[in-house]
Amino acid sequence: MYTDKVMDHFNNPRNVGEIENPDGVGQVGNPKCGDIMRISIRVGGGETITDVKFKTFGCGAAVATSSIATELIKGKTISDALGVTNRAVVEALEGLPPVKMHCSVLAEEAVKAAIADYYTRKGIDPVPIVGCDGKCESCRV
Amino acid sequence: MKVYADHAATSPLRREALDAMMPYLTERYGNPSSIYSLASAARRAVESARADIAGALGASESEIYFTGSGTESDNLAIRGALEARAGTGRHVVTSAIEHHAVLHTLQALEKRGAAEVSYLPVDEYGLVAPDALRDAIRPDTALVTIMTANNEIGVIQPIDELGAIARERGVPFHTDAVQAAGHIPLDARAMNVDMLSVSAHKFGGPKGAGALYLRKGVRLAPLIYGGGHERGLRSGTENVAGIAGMAAALKQAVTHMAEETARVSEAAGIVKAGLGAIPFARLTGHPEKRLPGIVSFVFEAVEGESMVLALDFGGICASSGSACSSGSLEPSHVLLAVGLPHEIAHGSLRLSFGPENTPEQARYVVQAVTDAVASRREMSPLWRDNKPAY
Repeated sequence: MYTDKVMDHFNNPRNVGEIENPDGVGQVGNPKCGDIMRISIRVGGGETITDVKFKTFGCGAAVATSSIATELIKGKTISDALGVTNRAVVEALEGLPPVKMHCSVLAEEAVKAAIADYYTRKGIDPVPIVGCDGKCESCRV
Repeated sequence: MKVYADHAATSPLRREALDAMMPYLTERYGNPSSIYSLASAARRAVESARADIAGALGASESEIYFTGSGTESDNLAIRGALEARAGTGRHVVTSAIEHHAVLHTLQALEKRGAAEVSYLPVDEYGLVAPDALRDAIRPDTALVTIMTANNEIGVIQPIDELGAIARERGVPFHTDAVQAAGHIPLDARAMNVDMLSVSAHKFGGPKGAGALYLRKGVRLAPLIYGGGHERGLRSGTENVAGIAGMAAALKQAVTHMAEETARVSEAAGIVKAGLGAIPFARLTGHPEKRLPGIVSFVFEAVEGESMVLALDFGGICASSGSACSSGSLEPSHVLLAVGLPHEIAHGSLRLSFGPENTPEQARYVVQAVTDAVASRREMSPLWRDNKPAY
């Protein structure tokens, strides 16, 4: 049912854990629905994401999408990271079953929520930059 | 190590079943309905299988009808009974934890106005209360359908008692015994049932063969019309090899039930004890009234599908009633019916053992599940300071 790439990221997830004293944290999903992703980021000079870690409660696709999302944004600038869409996540995993597409959406939302939190902590309104504040109910369906 | 621990999904084909099937897949290919001798051999195989299955279920030969699956047997029983009683009532009583073969059939009938269904709740162990059935039966009740044993949590219902209530009220009673047949003793008469579904591949027979016990005198309308096979109730040339394999497998399962149950119980017992020692884990279903081979647990802060994938990596075949296996966001209706909250019901794991599983395999499974739960929790945002954080 899953591609080799998904299974690789499931069995050897990259960047698992939580950054201590992070610059931004985003958590999306809902335990009732069986998916929760939490991404924490460290942001260095030039607004570059120098480190990123994730924790995920969820199915194989949820683990794999969060893992690859951390790879896709690590070392990137925030504006590049904001360009990582759920499509990009699916492509990087060489495909996901149709019923698992929502996991890629969650991964995109988790990244955005972490970046929104980064701006909020700095006292900058994230909405014009990220498109949302990463805290509304739509990320918690 | 490789461990097949998903016998409730399907079971390995028994040697005796394959041997019984081979002649009908090779030289004895005749159509049982033809009149020459090649065909008579096939007819004899079908009828002798009918006798064997009747014997194993406490029925007489004329009460066994062959179908293509347990699902088809359930459909025939439910839709056939309602159609045969059209005009006298369309109310059906069932339980909240039926297999989808029953639930989705009833839901489809409800949708088109062909049935009105009462879903009996179950207690925390998955048991239906006989009094609840007594209260639910109405003058227009046309059918009661309650499963013998549940496929996810293994709980065994008091079918004889429930069947007696329906009979007292003159309502036909069907039981989906797909998960129970060949695993616990079944006697259709003693169970007070009018219809009982079985499926060959759950007890070491081939896939694509099922049977329905239909008590003499109980009326059903067919779902499939054609050449009038199975006394007009299920047309279509008989799956001779499948039928022969099903009968051989059931005979074998029933003959060796005591020793096989002992082996299965040993493996299941080791796993039950081992998994019970994991913190924030709980057995689902009834502690005693359960199928010997099914070990079902929920692990808090862990999602089921990811556990199944992790176990597969370790060579273990298992399953989960998690939402992710079905593609919806809803966890198993069975686990919700026994009162588990959504977030915990997502963490379900079902291991189901068969007679070929060894104690050594069982110990390997305990270690693998323990490791899988620990590694899942380590990456779970719902697990903090060694406990769930919802």
